Amino acid sequence: MRAVITVLGKDMVGILAKVSAICADNSVNVMDVTQSVMQDLFAMIMLVDISNIKIPFSQLADRFSELGEKEGLTIHVMHEEIFNSMHKI
Amino acid sequence: MIDTRDILETIQMIDNENLDVRTITMGISLLDCIDSDPDRACDKIYDKICRYAGNLVKTGEDISKEYGIPIIHKRVAVTPIALVAGACQDRDPVRFAKTLDRAAEAIGVNLIGGYSALVHKGFAPGDYALIESIPRALAETKYVCSSVNVGTTKAGINMDAVKKMGQIVLKTAEATVDQGCIGPSKLVVFCNAPEDNPFMAGAMHGIGEPDCVINVGVSGPGVVRAALKKCPDGDLSEVADIIKKTAFKITRMGQLVAQEASRRLCVPFGIVDLSLAPTPAVGDSVAHILEEMGLESCGAHGTTACLALLNDAVKKGGIMASSHVGGLSGAFIPVSEDAGMIDAAKCGALSITKLEAMTSVCSVGLDMIAIPGDTPPEIISAIIADEAAIGMVNTKTTAVRVIPAIGKKAGDDLNFGGLFGHSPVMEVNRWSPKKFIDRGGRLPAPMQSLKN
Repeated sequence: MRAVITVLGKDMVGILAKVSAICADNSVNVMDVTQSVMQDLFAMIMLVDISNIKIPFSQLADRFSELGEKEGLTIHVMHEEIFNSMHKI
Repeated sequence: MIDTRDILETIQMIDNENLDVRTITMGISLLDCIDSDPDRACDKIYDKICRYAGNLVKTGEDISKEYGIPIIHKRVAVTPIALVAGACQDRDPVRFAKTLDRAAEAIGVNLIGGYSALVHKGFAPGDYALIESIPRALAETKYVCSSVNVGTTKAGINMDAVKKMGQIVLKTAEATVDQGCIGPSKLVVFCNAPEDNPFMAGAMHGIGEPDCVINVGVSGPGVVRAALKKCPDGDLSEVADIIKKTAFKITRMGQLVAQEASRRLCVPFGIVDLSLAPTPAVGDSVAHILEEMGLESCGAHGTTACLALLNDAVKKGGIMASSHVGGLSGAFIPVSEDAGMIDAAKCGALSITKLEAMTSVCSVGLDMIAIPGDTPPEIISAIIADEAAIGMVNTKTTAVRVIPAIGKKAGDDLNFGGLFGHSPVMEVNRWSPKKFIDRGGRLPAPMQSLKN
């Protein structure tokens, strides 16, 4: 099972480290990372493997929204399936 | 890796364009709760709803969190109560409304539908008792929604029921005058009522449905408008194409949520309702889509044509995205729940007559419209009759949910608070239809051939 983590906001030092630290703490394996800019927005997208996750997925989402609030970023964690079903026939 | 643009587009839709799943509605059959002893019947109803839907709200919240999609409402629809209450000697169905209310409170849903009667061909004693009790039931409960089906294409229109419902709508407003006349906003008068509609206030669990079922209603007027904004000068074929593609994405999301909810709750998946349901939030308006197509204001000449295009494209896009489609499926035009409609009604661009014309090409009907409190009941009945006639002849669902604003006149503002929003009070045509309504009887079912 895979999930997509998206981080949107202003660029700053250490975003990647903080996000991957939470992943590492909970046995979430980072598989791919990409960055892009859309409408003056910094966007980082991470594809992660959540097969061995140590906590319920909803708690992981909470961790990330806490981090997002602290750093002034918008962080979404969503199942990969949602993108596949919406954008692929 | 999934395409980055797709991911960002999805996030943009959710964060800025109000994309959401509007409702997960669990339909529960109460036919096995029928009992001649009303206390026993009510106990069975309460137990069954709590047993089946106990985890509905939590499951909805879990799915919402995991998939990152807002799921706004979790609701329950039940078998029309007239069928259940009709078996009891005691002819006061309000106790059933109170039981539904208690069950809704216990499981944490924000509305429960099915305080309903199907009287398109005539009344059974239970139907009549239920209709009579609607004003009291809606005044004395918080979560219960009521609906009455007064006509179908196959049976014609029961004009006695139409006459009765004009009076009931007015009485319901009077009974809830201290709560901003909220009662009639939970009362829908249908023609061709669907059995699997997940949207309140008209949701009910039809008798052809299984014991329990999950139906989902999607939404996203904001997403459609944002997509159209990117194509300001395209012709209408392009506009239709953009709406179809957007509707496809929205509906796929609904389908995914419906399947997941069905799996987790171990309840069969029923249908996805392909709908564009507005909310009063800025950027979540169907009227604004019509304006984006090129109207100065919703209600201008051309509105019906724009809405016809929108409604058709939403269905065409959505139908391939879902394995089963049903319910009301189409664009909703509830005046008080749509910021653009409110503005158009306020500035005089949108009238009830235009809204009536719009209902002939879109989902549902005259929805959430405040009318002056001194409107006589026969005029409300005549509004219902007109709307039912449109539904009957065009083989589509139509409905009336008008709110007599007691003590207010045209041009005033009626505020319900919360999701129900506020609405400018709109003037009705005052010429009297009294003689016509007093005649009663049935409007015969229409021809199904020689279509002109």
